[in-house]
Order: sequence, then structure tokens, then C-alpha cells
Amino acid sequence: MDKMPKWADVVLIPLISVILALLVSGLVVAIIGESPWRAMQVMVKGAFGSAYGWGYTLYYATNFIFTGLAVAVAFHARLFNIGGEGQAALGGLGVAVILLAVDWPHWTLALAAAMGFSMLFAATWAAIPAYLQAKRGSHIVITTIMFNYIASALLVYLLVNVLRVEGSMAPESASFAAATHLPSAADFAGGLGFRGSTPLNISIFLALIACVLVWLLIWRTRLGYEIRAFGHSETAAVYAGINPTKIIMITMLISGALAGMMAINVVMGEAERLVLDFVEGAGFVGIAVALMGRSHPVGVVLAALLFGALYQGGAELQFEMPAISREMIVVIQALVILFTGALDNMVRMPVQKLFLALKRRRDDAARPNPTE
Amino acid sequence: MTDAPAIELRGISKAFGPVQANKDIAMSVARGTIHGIVGENGAGKSTLMSILYGFYKADRGEIFINGKATAIPDSQAAIRAGIGMVHQHFKLVENFTVVENVILGAEDGAMLRPSIAKARRLLTELSEEYGLKVDPDAIIEDLSVGHQQRVEILKQLYRHADILILDEPTGVLTPSEADQLFLILERLRAEGKTIILITHKLREIMEITDTVSVMRRGEMTNTVKTADTSPAALAEMMVGRKVLLQVDKTQAQPGEVVLSVRDLRVTRGGVTRLKGVSFDIRRGEILGIAGVAGNGQTELLEVLGGMIAASGGSVSLFGQPLDITGTAANGQTRRARGIGHVPEDRQTEGLIMPFEAWENVAFGYHFDPKYNSGPLMDNAAIRADCADKMARYDVRPPNPRLPARNFSGGNQQKIVVAREMDRAPDLLLVGQPTRGVDIGAIEFIHKQIIALRDQGKAILLVSVELDEIMGLSDRIAVMFDGQIMGERLPQDTDQNALGLLMAGVTEGAA
Amino acid sequence: MDFLTILQILDSTVRLATPLLLACLAGLWSERAGIFDIGLEGKMLIAAFFAAAIAYTSGLVWVGLLAGIAASIVLALLHGLASITFRGNQLISGVAINFLAAGLAVVIAQTWFAQGGRTPQLSSDARFANIELPGAATRIRDIAQQGPLGQTYSELISGHSILVYLALACVPLTWWLLYRTRFGLRLRAVGENPAAVDTAGISVVGLRFAAVLIAGVLCGIAGAYLSTALSSGFVKDMSAGRGFIALAALIFAKWRPWYALSACLLFGFFDAVGNRYQNIQLGEFIVPVQFMQALPYILVVIVLAGLVGKAIPPRAGGEPYVKER
Repeated sequence: MDKMPKWADVVLIPLISVILALLVSGLVVAIIGESPWRAMQVMVKGAFGSAYGWGYTLYYATNFIFTGLAVAVAFHARLFNIGGEGQAALGGLGVAVILLAVDWPHWTLALAAAMGFSMLFAATWAAIPAYLQAKRGSHIVITTIMFNYIASALLVYLLVNVLRVEGSMAPESASFAAATHLPSAADFAGGLGFRGSTPLNISIFLALIACVLVWLLIWRTRLGYEIRAFGHSETAAVYAGINPTKIIMITMLISGALAGMMAINVVMGEAERLVLDFVEGAGFVGIAVALMGRSHPVGVVLAALLFGALYQGGAELQFEMPAISREMIVVIQALVILFTGALDNMVRMPVQKLFLALKRRRDDAARPNPTE
Repeated sequence: MTDAPAIELRGISKAFGPVQANKDIAMSVARGTIHGIVGENGAGKSTLMSILYGFYKADRGEIFINGKATAIPDSQAAIRAGIGMVHQHFKLVENFTVVENVILGAEDGAMLRPSIAKARRLLTELSEEYGLKVDPDAIIEDLSVGHQQRVEILKQLYRHADILILDEPTGVLTPSEADQLFLILERLRAEGKTIILITHKLREIMEITDTVSVMRRGEMTNTVKTADTSPAALAEMMVGRKVLLQVDKTQAQPGEVVLSVRDLRVTRGGVTRLKGVSFDIRRGEILGIAGVAGNGQTELLEVLGGMIAASGGSVSLFGQPLDITGTAANGQTRRARGIGHVPEDRQTEGLIMPFEAWENVAFGYHFDPKYNSGPLMDNAAIRADCADKMARYDVRPPNPRLPARNFSGGNQQKIVVAREMDRAPDLLLVGQPTRGVDIGAIEFIHKQIIALRDQGKAILLVSVELDEIMGLSDRIAVMFDGQIMGERLPQDTDQNALGLLMAGVTEGAA
Repeated sequence: MDFLTILQILDSTVRLATPLLLACLAGLWSERAGIFDIGLEGKMLIAAFFAAAIAYTSGLVWVGLLAGIAASIVLALLHGLASITFRGNQLISGVAINFLAAGLAVVIAQTWFAQGGRTPQLSSDARFANIELPGAATRIRDIAQQGPLGQTYSELISGHSILVYLALACVPLTWWLLYRTRFGLRLRAVGENPAAVDTAGISVVGLRFAAVLIAGVLCGIAGAYLSTALSSGFVKDMSAGRGFIALAALIFAKWRPWYALSACLLFGFFDAVGNRYQNIQLGEFIVPVQFMQALPYILVVIVLAGLVGKAIPPRAGGEPYVKER
């Protein structure tokens, strides 16, 4: 007998949690003396009010789909990959290396190569913590955090000492050749009002394809079955002949590769060169996205869209209401993680109680003679 | 001192959500006696004792200690009322010393040193008084299970407990350790302590208790003087109908050798768990492995099931060697060779509790071509197969979409049994097939095992329940300390003889 | 490299190790009670902000310190609520707290001071002054004249803020409380086997909240030190990963107080060397400054890999306690 229907678990509880997070965020805005209502209007308008807004919202959402899927896939194997930030950074390095090293004739070839390299670099960066977890039992949460810092130091070093353009002060690589530039939304959806300046590019389709592939992987393949089984119980997995080392390694390689794919959107699609700190916390947003999306690709897309809108709307907010810092987005992100993740039981327990009470009332009503 | 009973319970009720764990329980235990409580798993014994120990709050009812109404809202109150509890799973801090564990929660002041000095002195006195010898400065994890239990008892005596509750205390003990425990309990009774013994072993009830209460489905159905009852009568009261304690089976017709194990050795965590085990199992025979838990049976099953690697020895199936150390030593290759495995613990090994029944039916067999189409799994086929198995193995409710955790213990076990036995494996490994399973399901599972044997399959049965081993096995091997102490035929031996072997005593020494 | 230079590096080591040490001890208290705390960073950061903001507003550094501690305690209680009361995932809660602090500090700073998410520079009254121990020379010229012992006294031992001495005093205090008192025994037990504590009639929830609160206080001091002693005012992200280095030091120290001191001094030393020398020449090789910055993290990975002894955390760490049925 279930405590509550499935829809309550996958839709109702995350929804309540997100609403709570947004309410508390509104409270914070009110406390600092601004109108939450007006802030929300500005954000919604900034995110969805124009093709310009949509372009940025969807561009950010693309990043978050990749990093969200990365965290989600790892969650299924009960691995908490906090290393999306560092893995994405390495993915960017891979993109820059291959796009600068080879004179690409056409963007399609360049894209294929860049995808290969971003995933390879990022997956490699995830592989070391994965190996240490699988073989040495080193806690992957700690090691992936450490690898974020190491990645950051590595990128600073490379951008300052190796990839920096001679004579330039900025810690960034040379720009990629024009032939490698990805079609932007202005090219493939100009009719919808997207202009040349929009950061939105064809990576969004890659992100959606990734969602479908992840869904198939997790719920329709033997590997996904093994990943989920391992995630629920390692001893049971061993009993069934599932190799824990293999699962940890493969899951983290996939997770890292997905995080690395974010670099296609940012480094190849938007910046068209490798800049310092291009990840800008997207790796961490992935945690909120995966938690809110219940580690399901559909949920991840919806959560990524919400966070994309928050990022774009937040950027508008700081122009319209300068008293509210852009860091308000980080607060909202934190509250979403808090309510959908750590405080899950706070929402879950009353909802369960409610459904139990409803069920009892139904059962009582169904019984012909309650006194017997 | 009055003549009031040490403990009296009136009208105790407790529900967990929709489950009524205790219903209107009344019980009275006289001072200076040993009172047994028997009942099947899930009958509500542990809940009742947890209420008495303040671990749970009863929804209704009253508790009288020495004739005085006493509220026990938490364990602290229970301790103040002189109640001590020795849990089935010890509540000890493993990397603390004995004395640190004993004083935990009963310190004499904010500083540790005086408390420890006093405890060390008192421990020496107590251990002499009751014959409970332990080194106060030993680290718990270095002690044997029997000694750890002594620490638990000392802990309660240190807190001046007059009423001791012991929950399934002999489950982890050898028969001789159990005998020592009973000697201690008798001494405690002689000193005027009151003891409540919770067990499902009727033999122990008959051996040591003065009175016994029977619980069934949350209710206390009978309380009788032990002298006035018999194991058969108690069993009937527990189940609510006449039970066949014997299993019906015909004489075995052993055929060719299926499994041959030679000098099998396993080392785990630096400890040698199997020290050279050798045996054969033939077609159409059940080899039962008897022994106290933790003497290598678990490792034997796990190494044969491909879950862990051996450190030496050899295993062959129909004369063909089985990889027990290399990369091919895993559950997948074992299943491919026709070895089924009902693991000892269905909750942590045999099933993925949040998975739905149909997903569990494919567990371990998810590479089976009939469950797959191309690169993807054929979920519809698995669900159909699950529905079919549920019908034939009488799994209730027969709903493939229900998560495994929502089935009762017996029905969970039937799902595992259906999955592992329906393929008619040449060799079936079975560990604790009926642990935590209601009597109806026990009978069903036993019949299935016998039926598989009669099909000419080989079966290795590991169980800590001697009755089960005696009832099912065609041959019995007894394990102690990673070795097989000897083999017996069930018709030529009895529980006492097996018990000696389980304690590591061979004929020569005995 | 002359003796005085070495002393100066060591002096700077002590300054830089202090926030690490306080945060590390905070983590030690929390994790010894079985509550993982990756939110040290966030608690430090929010404390740094409130300490600076209130010290600036009131002009009283001690009031600032108290405000910092109070802010850190609020986040610690939130962590307790999520991971103890509601038995949530302690790691996720820690992650949330880090972001919450990083965001809130800047949002409030922006509203309050409108200086781009920082506090104004603190005047010397609103900062913790360095304490000159009796007989210590203060001017570089005077110190240079002293003998090695005098130099050590004046340069290394004297001239730190009171919080440095407080942090150092916390090491033996922590050790004594953990290993010599009833509270310490119970707290260690709850991190190893909460069921043992529960059946002994002691509140698991109470002990764990106490531990989380102590962690809050220590992180609060650490944060206040950052903004009112080490520098003069709050700037965005000023904790700069110190909470994670402290966590690293904790693992390095295998959850023991005295080892924690050594580990924090080691990591503080890396920091000090990295600050003083941009790139270090080692024979043929030039060690880039980024390597020095990454070194603590690399070391932790090596420790976690079990290449230098095995780090065994408290056994009940990370697991919410649920009574057995």
C-alpha cells in the first residue's frame, strides 16, 4: 500500500517546494524594502517579454539542461557529482584545444570534433574522482569539490601562460575561426524575431536530444537498469552480478561528458573563444535543476527553463531595480536546493499525512458497517 | 516490598499509520521470575517491549511497575524505573572501550575520569557477582559476540536495572554460549531480578522460563505457566491453527555430482572466513549447512553466488571449473551456468525495495533475451512474465506494478523464490529461506524447495534454524569458524549432537 | 632566505591558518556528532559580512563579532533543521547553505551600503587590533636588531589579533571537551552509533544540535576574523574556498583536534608562500602560483585516495538517525 499517489510524489511535492522557495525569495525582496510583485513582473518580462529575452532565457536553459542532466544521471547511481563546474571548465578547454589546433572547413565537422573533445576532457576530469570512489572509497562529493578548485587553478594557469594571445592582457584564448561558428537563433529562427546578437544557438537542440537519450538510457536500457539498481542498493547490485566499479565509472563518465557539453553552447556557440570562468556557476545550478526536476529529463527541462528565466530576468532586474543585486538569483537557487533537496521531508510529511487521512476517510465511507 | 507484580501492562495499544502493532495488551510478570514472550515475526513483541522501554509511546494503556502506575515517555524514564533492555542488535559504540560503553548516559558528573574509575571498580564487582567476565578496557569491536552481549547486560546492571528485557538474545550465540547466558539469567533471577525473554525459539522458552505469553497479530492471546504447556501447544497458539513442524518428503535419490567444492578459502577484511571447505552435492539432494550465524556460511553462499572472490581452493560444476577469483566470478556468469541464488537477506540483496515487482523479477536476469528486444529492455514482456510468476507462486497482491517494499515479508520472499527457482537451476543456493516469513509462506517455500529437489536438482541450504535444517536436508554439514566440523544424516542425529558440532566440539573432545 | 624572512612567512602562516583552524574545528565538532558539514564556507561568509556590516555601523568590533556569530548560528540552525529534524540530505543542505550565504551577503550588502556588494572600509576602531605582547618589539627596524629568540617572540608570537590566540586556545579546549568530559563522550558516541546514545536515554537530536551550534559559533568567529582582522571590510566571495580547505584539513587530520592544528598550519603555510612568491623556482622547474593555490586540494585528493594512511570518518556520519522499528 502506497502512502500517496505517484503524481503527488513527482509533481505535487516539487511544485510545493518550488513555490515555497519563491515565496521565501519574495520575502527576502520585501525585507530589503523592494516590492516582490514588481520584481517578479520585471523578471518575467525580462525573461519572456521579447525575442531578446527569450534568446537569453533559452541560452541559459541550454546550459542548465546539460549540467542538470549531468547531476541527474549521477543521482540515479546515488553519486552526488558536485564537480559539474570543473568538468564543464575542462570541456571548454577541450573545445578550445581542438578548434584552435585544426583549420576546420565547416562548422558541422568542427561541431562533431568539439563535442568529442569537450566530452572527452570533461569525462576524463570526472573519471579520476570516479575511480577513487570505486577503487579507494574516497568520497566523491569531497573529491569533485576539490577537482573544481584544481580545474579552476589549471584553467587560470593555462589561460595566463599558454593560451593567452601574445600582447593581450585578458586571460582568454584567441577567437575561433569564423568557419567554426555555430548557427545562432538569428540564422535558424530569425522569423521569430531573434537578432544577430542573440546567444541562443543550435546547442539547444543538442540539449533536447541529450534529454531523450538520457531518458532512454535510464529507463529503457540494461545499463540504465543497472545504474538505478546500483543507486538503490550496492549489495543487491553485487548479488545480481552488477559490477559496482563499472557502474560508478560509466555513470560518472556520462555525467562528466554531459557537463562538458555545456561548453559547446557557451565556448563554441556564444563566446567563440575560451574565457576565464565561462561556466559561471552553471555546474552548481545543475544541482538545483536535477533536484527540482526529480532527476527526470522532463523535470530537468522544466527546471532548466525556470532557472534560465531567473538568470535572464535577474539580469534585467539589476537594471530596473538597482537596489536588488544580481546575486538574488543565487539566493533563489539556494532556496530551491534547500526546499526541493534538503527540506524535502518538511514538505513530504504533511502531504503524506494528508493523503493518508483522505484515504482513511474514503475507506471508512466505503465500509458498510463501521461499528462492527 | 509488596507482592505487586514487577510489571503490569493494561490495555496497551499502538498503531503505526494504518498498522495496528499492539492491540489492547494486558500482561503481568511476577518479581523474580523469567517470563517468555513468543510470537511470529511481526506479531508485535518488539513493539510492546519498545513501549515498555520508552522507545515508543503507546497510543493507549497504562504501565504499572511494582504496583505503581508509571509513565514511560522516554528511555530515561524507563531506566529510572529500573528497566533495562538488551536489544537484538547491540547498541554499543564499537570503537569505544567496555567501560566507556557502560557509563555512556550513566556518568556521575561532567568530568569523565571519576566516572570511569568508579565504573571500573563496579564492573569488577558485578562481573564476579554474576559470572560476567569482561576486560573493562577492551575495545568492543575486538570482543566476541557473546562478550559484547555480556557488556550489554553489564550496562543494564550498572544502571541498577531490576527488570531486564532480552530481545532474541540467542540468535547470534552458539548453543554453548546460549547455555552460559541461561546460567547468567538464572543467577540474576536468584538475585531477585525480573527477566522478560523475547524469542521465537520454543526450546528456549521451555528450558528457562517460568511463565510464557503468546502474541499473535498484535494481540496477546494466551499466558500460561511453562510447566503446563508444550512446544506443540505453543506453536499452535502462535499460529492460530495446528502446525506441521515436520516437512513431508520422500527419501532422496541422489544422482551424479553437480557441485564439487575443494579446500575453499575466503579472506575478507583481513579475517579468514573460510578455512578450506570441501563438499559435494549431487542431483536430487539437499545439503543443509547448519551453524551459528557468522561462522562462514554467508561467505560460502556469497563466493558460490559470485558476490565475493575466494582466496584459494577450487569449485566445479558438473566437473567444469568455476571461476572463483577472476573477472568471471560474478553473479551474471553464475546465472549463465545454471546457478540460482536465494540470498540470505532479501531486503538488502535479493530485491531492490523501491523497484516495482516486475523490475525485481528481472533482477539479475536482465540480460535474458526474452526480457530484451534489441538494445532496449522489453518492459511489456517482463511485466507479463511477472504476472504469470505471481499467479503461480501465489504472491499477494498479484500486482506487478507495486514496489517491492509494499509487499509483506513472505510475499517478498516468494518473489525472490519465483525468480530464482522458476528457471529450474541445476544448482540452487538458498540462504535463510524463511527468515521473517509467516508460517503459511514457510510451508509454501519448503514445498517448493523439496519439489525442485525431486526434479533432480542440487540444493545447498544455509539456515540458522536447526528445525529447518533437520526438516529439509538430506545431508547436514555443520560449520564452525570457517570449517566444516562434520557431516550427519538427519535421521542419525539430533539437535544436541548438532549443537555440539556448532560450538566446535568434535566427538573426540566431547 | 634569512631567518627573519622565514619568521615573516611563518607569521603570515599563522594569520592565514587561523580562519582555517576555526572552520576546521567547527567541522570537527559537527562531523564528530555525525553531521557532515560542507556548509562551513557559507557560514564563514555570512559571518564575515555581518561582522563587518555591524562593526562598521556600530563602530564596535566586538558587537560585529557577535553579529557574525549570530548570523552563522542562524545558518547552522537551518542545517540542523534540514539534516536533524527533517532528516534531509546533509550534503545537499550544505550546498544550499553555501549558495544562500553567497547570495544573501551580497544582496543585503548592496541594499545596505550600495557599494557593489561590499561593506565600506572599516576604520581601525571597527577592526580587531593586533596585540603586542609585553616586551615585544613592534617596528621592523627594532626586530631586525634582536637575536633569534627575540625575533621569534616579536615577529611570530606577538602581534596577532586576539582571535588568533582564541583560535589556538580552541584546540586544547576542543580536545579536552571531547576526550575528558561527559559531553564529549556522548557527542563522540552519537557520531559513531546514535542508537547506543538513544537507548541510553540521551537525546540524539539534542546532542547533534549542540554540535551544529558549536560549529556555528566557530564558523562565526572565523568569518568575523576574515572581515575584521585579516582584512578591513567585507568583499564578495571573500571566504574564497577556505571552508573547503578547512574540510580538507579535517580529513587530513582524521577528525582529531591536534592534527587539525597541524593540517591548518600546513595549508596556511602554502597560502603564505603563495602570497609572498608568485612563481617559485625549484632548480630547473618553475612552480606556478596556481599550483601552490591548488596544492591543498591536490593533497586532500591524495589523502582520500588512501595513499597516505586511511582517513576513517565517524561511522554514523552523513546518516540521519531514524529509530528502528
